[in-house]
Amino acid sequence: MIHIFQAYGGTLLYGLGQTLLCSFIALVFSLIIGTLFALLEESPSKVARHCARAYIELFRNIPLLVITMFFYVVFPLYVVKMNGFTAGTIGLTLYTSSFIAETVRAGIQSVDPGQMEGSRANGLTYWQAMRYIVLPQAFRYVIPPLGNQFVNLVKNSSTLAFVGGFDLMYQGNVIASSSLQTMAAYASVGVLYLIITMPISYYMRYLEKRLA
Amino acid sequence: MLQNFIDAYSPDNLRYLFGGLGITILVSVISIIGSFIIGSVLGVIRYVKIKYVSAIVGFIIDVIRNLPLLLILFFTYFGLPNLGVKPEIIPAAILAMTIFESMMLAEIVRSGIQAVDPGQMEGARANGLTYWQGLWHIVLPQALVKMIPAIVSQFISLVKDTSLATIILLPEMLFRSQIIYGQNTNYIIPMFVAIALMYFIVCYLLSLLASYLEKRQA
Repeated sequence: MIHIFQAYGGTLLYGLGQTLLCSFIALVFSLIIGTLFALLEESPSKVARHCARAYIELFRNIPLLVITMFFYVVFPLYVVKMNGFTAGTIGLTLYTSSFIAETVRAGIQSVDPGQMEGSRANGLTYWQAMRYIVLPQAFRYVIPPLGNQFVNLVKNSSTLAFVGGFDLMYQGNVIASSSLQTMAAYASVGVLYLIITMPISYYMRYLEKRLA
Repeated sequence: MLQNFIDAYSPDNLRYLFGGLGITILVSVISIIGSFIIGSVLGVIRYVKIKYVSAIVGFIIDVIRNLPLLLILFFTYFGLPNLGVKPEIIPAAILAMTIFESMMLAEIVRSGIQAVDPGQMEGARANGLTYWQGLWHIVLPQALVKMIPAIVSQFISLVKDTSLATIILLPEMLFRSQIIYGQNTNYIIPMFVAIALMYFIVCYLLSLLASYLEKRQA
């Protein structure tokens, strides 16, 4: 394993960088989209609630790989050309946003309804109360599950390997086939994944315990 | 466009796709049963805190849980031959899924046991049962009921994750759809619609089941 790091260190680090980059981009966008759909689902409008529900159920119940392949195979044919990294990141964003929407919605629901009523009684509009009173309190509950979503995101970013996204998993395959030491190559890749995911998931478990 | 759909959904192609659905379900069901058994044992070991053993089991669970499933698939299919074992495609897929899901279920089992009121165990002990009798006859049955919705949700992600096994050429839906649209590029959209719909229906029904079970408990 050590000589895999010595011989292919640069390749592995590049893959790690791509994995992190794609995970961060997907996290930021899925946080925005997910929060938006959570708000729509909690909104007073019935149409908005149904649309949000449809979006969430759609992307929650289709495998990530199918979504990613759709952007990689179908989009270039009919809409716009995109490389594997872009297709993979879009797929990850859509897939994760549906899980984040559920998480944020649970957070909003865990905030005492009296908070909303109180702010409405004090003259704030619905959206002002949501923005300044409810959401800040909701996000406190939501941080541990969001951290776990980020861990999932990093793990799921390995689907980029299917579409030539040059991520860690992809580089692992390249190294496995060129060095012919499959076990050592995959073990090295595994160690790099664990360096990212283990600390986050331990920290989130600690936060969960402290919040409970 | 419509003609493409009609041509793509010929009886032969549909039969081929549904065969893929069968393989998806076969692999998922065998894996979930295997991982329920292994996961329960590991979850109990982690819960009861046997010196050293529980810590080691806990560490292994955390390591595997934090790895991508895809990597475990590569391990079982491309890595094991390096050690002299060469599994076939379907067993390799089942093995990888079982290893990964066992760890997920171990965590579910552990939190299920923790959710049972400690008074149950105290009551059992006070009535003369040993610790293991109390665990087996009193605590575990109650924990199991609490775990069922989480296990169903885990099964949903398992069904979705079997699509990853296309990379080791497991002939499930996604893989078969690629073969069909590989012959005629006009079939690309119909094929994506078909498999997305099939996955959606299976997973959505399961998620309805999970939320129904959850509501009935509350």
